[in-house]
Amino acid sequence: MTEQLAWLIPVLPLIGFLINGLGYKKNPKGLVGLVGCATVLGSFILSILVFFDIKANGAKTIDLYEWISVGTLKIPFSFLIDQLTSIMLLIITGVGFLIHVYSTGYMHDDEGYGKYFAYLNLFVFFMLLLVLGSNYVIMFIGWEGVGLCSYLLIGFWFKKTEYANAAKKAFVMNRIGDLGFLIGIFMLFSTFGSISYADIFPQAQTASTAVLTTITLLLFVGAMGKSAQLPLYTWLPDAMAGPTPVSALIHAATMVTAGIYMIARSNILYVLSPISMAVVAGIGLATAIFAAVIALTQNDIKKVLAYSTVSQLGYMFLGLGVGAFTGAFFHVMTHAFFKALLFLGAGSVIHAMGGEQDMRQMGGLKKHLPITWFTMLMGTLAIAGIPPFSGFFSKDEILAHAFEVSPTIWAIGVGGALLTAFYMFRMFFLTFNGKFRGTEEQHHHLHESPASMTIPLIVLAVLSVFGGFVGVPEALHGSHLLNEYLSPVFGQSTQILNAAHHGHLSHETEYALMGASVLGVLISIFYAYTVYVRKEVVPAAETAPRSGLEKASYNKFYIDEIYNAVFTRPLDSLSQLFYRILDKSIIDGVVNGFGQLTQWSADKFRRIQTGYIGNYLFMMVVGIILILVFNFLF
Amino acid sequence: MILVWLIIILMSGGILAWICGYFLTHLSKWIALVSCLISLIITGRLWFDLYNRIDLQNQTGWLMEFSVPWIKPLGITFHLALDGLSLTLLLLTFFLGLAAILCSWREITSKQPFFYFNLVWVLAGITGVFLAMDLFLFYFFWEVMLIPMYFMISIWGSERRIYSSYKFFLFTQASGLLMLLAIITLYFIHAHTSGYYTFDYDQLLTSSLKSNYSLFIAIGFFIAFTVKLPLFPFHTWLPDAHSEAPTAGSVILAGLMLKTGAYGLIRFVLPLFPTEAIQISDWALMLGVISILYGALQAFGQTDLKRLIAYTSVSHMGFIVLGVFSFNELALQGVVLQMITHGISTAALFILAGFLKERLHTRDINQMGGLWSLAPQMGSIGLLFAMASCGLPVLGNFIAEFLILLGAFQLHPVYTSIASIGLILSAIYSVRMMQKVFFGEVQNDHVTFHDFNSREKTIMALLTIAIVFVGLYPQPFINMLQPSIKSSLKLQTEIKNSNSNEISPQKGSIIHHK
Repeated sequence: MTEQLAWLIPVLPLIGFLINGLGYKKNPKGLVGLVGCATVLGSFILSILVFFDIKANGAKTIDLYEWISVGTLKIPFSFLIDQLTSIMLLIITGVGFLIHVYSTGYMHDDEGYGKYFAYLNLFVFFMLLLVLGSNYVIMFIGWEGVGLCSYLLIGFWFKKTEYANAAKKAFVMNRIGDLGFLIGIFMLFSTFGSISYADIFPQAQTASTAVLTTITLLLFVGAMGKSAQLPLYTWLPDAMAGPTPVSALIHAATMVTAGIYMIARSNILYVLSPISMAVVAGIGLATAIFAAVIALTQNDIKKVLAYSTVSQLGYMFLGLGVGAFTGAFFHVMTHAFFKALLFLGAGSVIHAMGGEQDMRQMGGLKKHLPITWFTMLMGTLAIAGIPPFSGFFSKDEILAHAFEVSPTIWAIGVGGALLTAFYMFRMFFLTFNGKFRGTEEQHHHLHESPASMTIPLIVLAVLSVFGGFVGVPEALHGSHLLNEYLSPVFGQSTQILNAAHHGHLSHETEYALMGASVLGVLISIFYAYTVYVRKEVVPAAETAPRSGLEKASYNKFYIDEIYNAVFTRPLDSLSQLFYRILDKSIIDGVVNGFGQLTQWSADKFRRIQTGYIGNYLFMMVVGIILILVFNFLF
Repeated sequence: MILVWLIIILMSGGILAWICGYFLTHLSKWIALVSCLISLIITGRLWFDLYNRIDLQNQTGWLMEFSVPWIKPLGITFHLALDGLSLTLLLLTFFLGLAAILCSWREITSKQPFFYFNLVWVLAGITGVFLAMDLFLFYFFWEVMLIPMYFMISIWGSERRIYSSYKFFLFTQASGLLMLLAIITLYFIHAHTSGYYTFDYDQLLTSSLKSNYSLFIAIGFFIAFTVKLPLFPFHTWLPDAHSEAPTAGSVILAGLMLKTGAYGLIRFVLPLFPTEAIQISDWALMLGVISILYGALQAFGQTDLKRLIAYTSVSHMGFIVLGVFSFNELALQGVVLQMITHGISTAALFILAGFLKERLHTRDINQMGGLWSLAPQMGSIGLLFAMASCGLPVLGNFIAEFLILLGAFQLHPVYTSIASIGLILSAIYSVRMMQKVFFGEVQNDHVTFHDFNSREKTIMALLTIAIVFVGLYPQPFINMLQPSIKSSLKLQTEIKNSNSNEISPQKGSIIHHK
């Protein structure tokens, strides 16, 4: 079945893109929404079928056609559908479908409705290509393609210059990462003579560690860009300029996890390079904490979620770096559920508030938006890591592996989790508890969102609550279904890692670790409750004086300003400098100089042509004498 | 004989367009269109006929050949020949020629007959350049394509057309003279060693040329072709010529004329001077990398839309030099694909700039903005080709640049890594262009701006289909080009194999090709 129908999975959204893209003028809204959602639903159904097929019969490679074949380089346009891919397919099409449905409500009154669905479908197409490809080049197509869609959707309301700027920033910053990826591909080819997974991974152990380290670090640069890790993360918070469902789909649930997918896919290469593993873990951990600290003081509801995404992605990289491949991937999955839910919930709030995103203007929305309130509570509990919500299991798995590598890493990770619980509940309480702080007009306008928006919220809430049960740790007498399912993908790496150093944690240690982190999280939530519900503290206005760390956090550690001063402006000046000095003055100066020399000399020589016979005779005589003199002398 | 017919059709079409235009002005563009269309159809037929005859393993010489003595005492023959490389480039020539004629349809209002004469003659010259296999004849066509182009810029250009056309003429002419000098020296040296005088490519190729002068001859050719390309620091004629030329002029300049430089490198410099090419390759690679970065850096400082696009060409042509002087099959395939895809995408961007100028009467991007809201089709097409220009996958340019970089990386990892920074810069200039032209608020005085009409839509649809096709299914081109590329590289490969220790890269130790 998979062989015959799998190609339809990406092609259906592509058809949707073509219908909505070419017919953007004529298609009625109903048709646009129907085409947009139905194509993704179709892919979802196929993905389910594929999932069961893979589960029963194992991984499959599907060759579509020979794309590029030059000399020894063969790049087939073919798909590899294994366990990892099939889960990604389910996440992308499943969450994607819900967000498409939600969008029919959220974007209903937008003039660019058709364009929006066209872009969204195109995004799904590229994202599917990314995970389906059987070699790095196909992955790269999807990789750049989703970057393009992200650019278009961030700049969806391009009339506002700052939105267009945010889009530009995202595109360029992603490109920086992509460059690392690309050079990584070049090196893969020169090392292994192929770019296909099936050729590279079995040979991985033949390459030297230095080469593997270089390759994996280059690939990781790509992952840093796409998955918004330090130092290439600043585009993601700005990306919130796009419509909220886009933030949910692209900038939380799917595209930003492409980096994790890439490393998980190349797990064997990473495992063979301890330095790269350490770098991945280090960058992940640093990002997790750094972004969490910034999230503490943000007042824009979407900004909080954006930094939270950066931070959670950091956890996933930490997981990869400590060898918890399944755990990292588990977190990709649960994060897709609860972060999509939180973003969509935020969208519902913003929708009700008439576009307002500042939490200082909100408050007391619980009674106006009961469904949104309840579903968001589920999402917040899940991300905070309260058992038995989904986030608890996945985060716990990552932290447990981190403890195996180093208790310090575990402690820092738990510290980040406490921050997460605090800022998430800060957001939650500021939005839903206390008194309404907005204008009278906004108050009047408050309403629960239509069913097209609340149903996806409910579905995602259910997934956020129960989604963790596919990976209950052994210590809690569960069976780790996900781990079993993914074992063919990560099996070899796990063996290598186990052989190297890792001992298994005893159940007692695991209980203690879980207990400690849950206790910490509960205290953190209680603290947020005291501050924002009991004392009803409202964050200070923009201009209020802030001090020390708070000021730095509020201003996002001035990273944007630093990048501007160090990269953007010098590059502009360099461009101007080269143009004025090198092109215009030096090169053109020489060229025009030749022109002027010719004119000048022509002007001088012209004077010889006087027209007087006497002058000519004189010159002739001089000439003859000179010739004679030369003849005699030499 | 078909090869001769191609040139005859175009040349006589041009003359006919000129003469008939005096009786009925509109007739001239139709004649130009028809003669270009006929050539395109003939070439298309040839492609399909010859495609199956390509032997992927062995180079079997020319696919078609025509040779008659021309000036016997001097050893000049009228020798035209066709292989996969020239056939592919001819297809591009007529395809873009068609686009150039169509986009001039309304733009050119004065002296139409003479304009179309020039346009068709430039195409004839380019056709000749791609077919001539006698160096004298090659030089002849090289001049034929230059002079009508000079007229196109100087008569139908915009404000600074006189300066620009002079500059264009002098740069090309000076470098052309260098080439003539090189050709004549080569001619005499060959006569000296072999005992007979000939300009014929095949014969020059078979004789092993060992002379103290051969390095200078190679450099002569190299400079002539890289000025045309253009390579830093010979590039300053290009932004002026492009920005002042009428749209069709820019299309032909960027889409085709630059490619003749690249063609020259592949056809003449590599096979005729294999050792010398290796000797100069370090310089060439360095200049190539500088061009890539320098052109891209310049592009994002420009405010004149056409000048901006012109600088992107400098950057993209740098990739060609990088690829050619890597002496590697992958890279060279990429080079030819780059010639094709850059031709298509830059032509599209220039045509778009032309449409914008027709509507807004300016090329200044600071006076544009928000045009997507008024003309979404134009915006989408602009986006597509801006993305093509920065090498987004699925579009042809990606494949070209990917192959060049991949091929070059095997031998020169450092140069290639530096060169690929150009991909970041290209992203910057592409999105900046999009933002300045199409995004942002609509400016008040543009409210009457209208989207594509059906003629414009046709041109853009053709170009779009072409660029997507190459991106998704490049294999036919790769197959068609393979014999030519293998034979261009044959000597380099031999030299490299014989003294592999000197030239092969340090990275060699980690290459285990299967």
